[in-house]
Amino acid sequence: MGTRALQKKMDQILYREQHGLLKSSNKSRALRKILANKLAIIGLVLFVAITILCVFAPLFTPYQPNSIDLRNRLAPPTFGHLLGTDQIGRDIWTRILFGGRISIFVGLGSALGAALIGVSLGTYAGYRGGLLDATVMKISEIMMSFPQIILVSILVTIVGQNLWNLMYIFILTGWSSMYRMARSQMLSIREQEYIQALRAFGISKAIIAFKHMLPNAIGPIFVNITLSTAMFILQEAALSFLGLGVPLDQPTWGNILNVAQDLTILRESWWVWLPVGVAITVFVLAINFIGDGLRDAADPTLIG
Amino acid sequence: MRDDLILQVKDLSVNFYTNQRCNMALRGVSFDLRKGRTLCIVGESGCGKSVTANAIMQLLPDLSRIESGNITFKGQDGDIQIEKLPKNGKQMRKLRGEVMAMIFQDPMTALNPVFTVGFQMNEMIQAHTDLRKKAATEKSIGLLTDMGVPLPEQRVHEYPHQFSGGMRQRAMIAMAMACAPEILIADEPTTALDVTIQAQIFELMLELKETEHMAILLITHDMGVVAEMADDVAVMYMGNMVESGTVQQILNSPSHPYTIALLQSIPVLGHGKNQNLEPIRGMTPDPYHRPPGCQFAPRCDFATDICASRLPDESVFDTNHMVRCFHYEEIKRNKEIQHGKK
Amino acid sequence: MEKNKDILVRISNLRTYFPVKKGVFRRTVGQVKAVDGVDLEIIRGETLGVVGESGCGKTTLGKSIIQLCKPTSGKVLYAFPDGEKDLAAMNDKALDVARKRLQIVFQDPYSSLNPAFTIFGSFSDPLKKFGIKSRTDREAAVGRLLEAVNLPKDYMTRYPNEFSGGQRQRIGIARALSVDPELIVCDEAVSALDVSIRAQVLKLFKELQAERGLTYLFITHDLSVVEYISDRIAVMYLGKVVELAETQELFRNTVHPYTKALLSAIPIADLAQKKKRIPLQGDVPSPVNPPAGCPFHPRCTYCQPICRTEVPKLTAYPTGGTAEHHVACHFALDFLGGTR
Repeated sequence: MGTRALQKKMDQILYREQHGLLKSSNKSRALRKILANKLAIIGLVLFVAITILCVFAPLFTPYQPNSIDLRNRLAPPTFGHLLGTDQIGRDIWTRILFGGRISIFVGLGSALGAALIGVSLGTYAGYRGGLLDATVMKISEIMMSFPQIILVSILVTIVGQNLWNLMYIFILTGWSSMYRMARSQMLSIREQEYIQALRAFGISKAIIAFKHMLPNAIGPIFVNITLSTAMFILQEAALSFLGLGVPLDQPTWGNILNVAQDLTILRESWWVWLPVGVAITVFVLAINFIGDGLRDAADPTLIG
Repeated sequence: MRDDLILQVKDLSVNFYTNQRCNMALRGVSFDLRKGRTLCIVGESGCGKSVTANAIMQLLPDLSRIESGNITFKGQDGDIQIEKLPKNGKQMRKLRGEVMAMIFQDPMTALNPVFTVGFQMNEMIQAHTDLRKKAATEKSIGLLTDMGVPLPEQRVHEYPHQFSGGMRQRAMIAMAMACAPEILIADEPTTALDVTIQAQIFELMLELKETEHMAILLITHDMGVVAEMADDVAVMYMGNMVESGTVQQILNSPSHPYTIALLQSIPVLGHGKNQNLEPIRGMTPDPYHRPPGCQFAPRCDFATDICASRLPDESVFDTNHMVRCFHYEEIKRNKEIQHGKK
Repeated sequence: MEKNKDILVRISNLRTYFPVKKGVFRRTVGQVKAVDGVDLEIIRGETLGVVGESGCGKTTLGKSIIQLCKPTSGKVLYAFPDGEKDLAAMNDKALDVARKRLQIVFQDPYSSLNPAFTIFGSFSDPLKKFGIKSRTDREAAVGRLLEAVNLPKDYMTRYPNEFSGGQRQRIGIARALSVDPELIVCDEAVSALDVSIRAQVLKLFKELQAERGLTYLFITHDLSVVEYISDRIAVMYLGKVVELAETQELFRNTVHPYTKALLSAIPIADLAQKKKRIPLQGDVPSPVNPPAGCPFHPRCTYCQPICRTEVPKLTAYPTGGTAEHHVACHFALDFLGGTR
């Protein structure tokens, strides 16, 4: 914000204050800040739009995602097929919508699962400290020092390719960052005097940790969940592109991209891979905008 | 006396614009700083005493501005209107440090933990003089010696965390004194320190006032500190200066109801367990819901209708005892009667 | 009074050390001797003030008494109705029952209430634990507690961010009262408050004591506050009690050189009382490596060879009245004689 714009804004506030127009707003500062953040609002609109399109996919397309039409192979976009068809004549628009269902489900589900494990461990171990905390911390350090994509591909080959297995693997590899974040929150909240007051009453450790401490860390946890949803969607896309993700008979964003491994398609049929690539990018960007907006809204040092 | 005037603040008003609201933190504050004298600004949290100091140094945060009033520095080369200078311009930076220096409440956060104390002092000295690094280090050592830091040759190469709280504050003062400023602004410099250490820092400040003939602006919430350090006192409440005068005038014959109440509400050492404390009723108003007239009226025992209607003007008596109260004469008379009875 | 006193807590040779860890393997390389051999008696119904500078161990002493810090060694004998028992030796289960009698009020009114809970929410779990099961009963109890600290009942539905520092401190006091304790440790309970609010809270402490017969351990660095509120005062330096006497006696016949210097360093808001300062050189030594002998000797102007080698014991000296004056100084008798 330029100096002059700032001065003008100040004049405005001053005028309204002097005329008694301003009242302490009941709306929370965080909410107002996120509403004032244009990128976050754009992100939220895109997120909601894409999610609605995917969830109610049958309303937006006449085709089935897996119906093959061999007469229309690799057809460029037309009115009949908005985004064209792939090499066995499946409608790309339909596949993106239905694929989004699974991709979003995998991303959000894995993020929530990882949060459930990471946050509950982090909350309790972070408050308790001692041996429990040290042990979990070491395990998470080991998890984090593995190259994740290789670990995932090894696990996929061992336990087999299947939607649920993929989510379990994501949760298994993803909880440690959630754990560290929750733990570091707990370490600072633990020193607050209200926690000591509860200890002086002899309240049990689990109640202190989960009932009294956790609500104060919910903001950063929420931010972390949004950001890791985006991360898991990207991971799913990357793994499926390599053929290691969700089995190829189920449409996901990564599986649609998978065909772009074929150089002729990559070179000549842009409609097969470009729209889905854009969909992934836009959706992930939208989630990241929302996450950033949430983080800024929770940060009291920023203007608002 | 006139020649000693070094800084004059007239009708200073500062507003803060945060959270889409406007907080009138300072509402017309005037005072003079004189060479070789200490002015204590005393008040409770939120009264605007730190804002005053930051306004003089032009260190106010971005979302605030000086609305009106003048801050005039009376230098040898003529007057400088500080409030007109660009905040981070060359002239202002030169003024900070060479003419006026500031020390803060928390010496731990005022020093950068990743650089040695000597490095930070050198940086300050080299920014304001032409000294080379070696000469600057020698000067730093000299300053630390003057401030009573033991083993300065060794200490200058140490990091802030190796200093104790009192030593850190001494290093801060040494840094502030680097360019022999004429004005020292101290914002609660001893609040974070223990009383025995506080006593050491005060000795140092008194000495500087005597030897360097410096003007000191000391901001505090502690009436004890006022009695100990001040030549002149200004009492602030909710952005107004409610009373000012010499330390004898304020402490021995306080005339504003707030000052009187404040003095009656603090336990005084040596007055024993049965001293009668008179707490001030109610609490400081929310800055966004200010009373319309005199800010102290809702908590004041002497308040009448007129107090709620408008802010009282400054009345001056006994040469320079200023009070902002409609009823100060009546209050004074009452007190004399009480004294007469005793 | 000293003869048939009703002792509530008898602390003997209490030590609380914290390990100093260093390096990759977190090896213990030393110990912070926060409380280093304290003997103290707290008499039922009194206010015992504990004063000292930062790092002298006064807060740790308070927390060690109510077992928020586990003492390293020593005893904290508490007079239960069925006889004296050592709090330091109790297991968690026994302590849970004992905690009903001991409470604490903290310094920082801004971190002593959970921002995510209403006032009722903050009070609810402690009340439930001590047997008030139904919600309406708990609401009534919270209402009574808030009224006891001169706050309106309906504040219980509000969140802490709606209150000022003084109000929060009152709520903190009400929370401590919620289990009807006998002993309340007040850890710098008024230090963070503005002066005009401080007087309100100090008066509240006195009123509550008169109404409920509470015993206070009042920890503060502010001697003028401690003089106003305490019956007896213990002065701590580097984890040890160096002087202990009734308030008037301590201020009139100060014996220990540290107490004298401390008293002289305090700025007094009274121009008639300008006095000579006894300047103390240097800083408080680190409690990791306290000096041998008397802990105060490196800064003491009266230091003699014996002070460097031998730790003075806290010894009782008779005073003019019935009370005793306890001092830990080799030359206490000289100073006592000198001031008389």
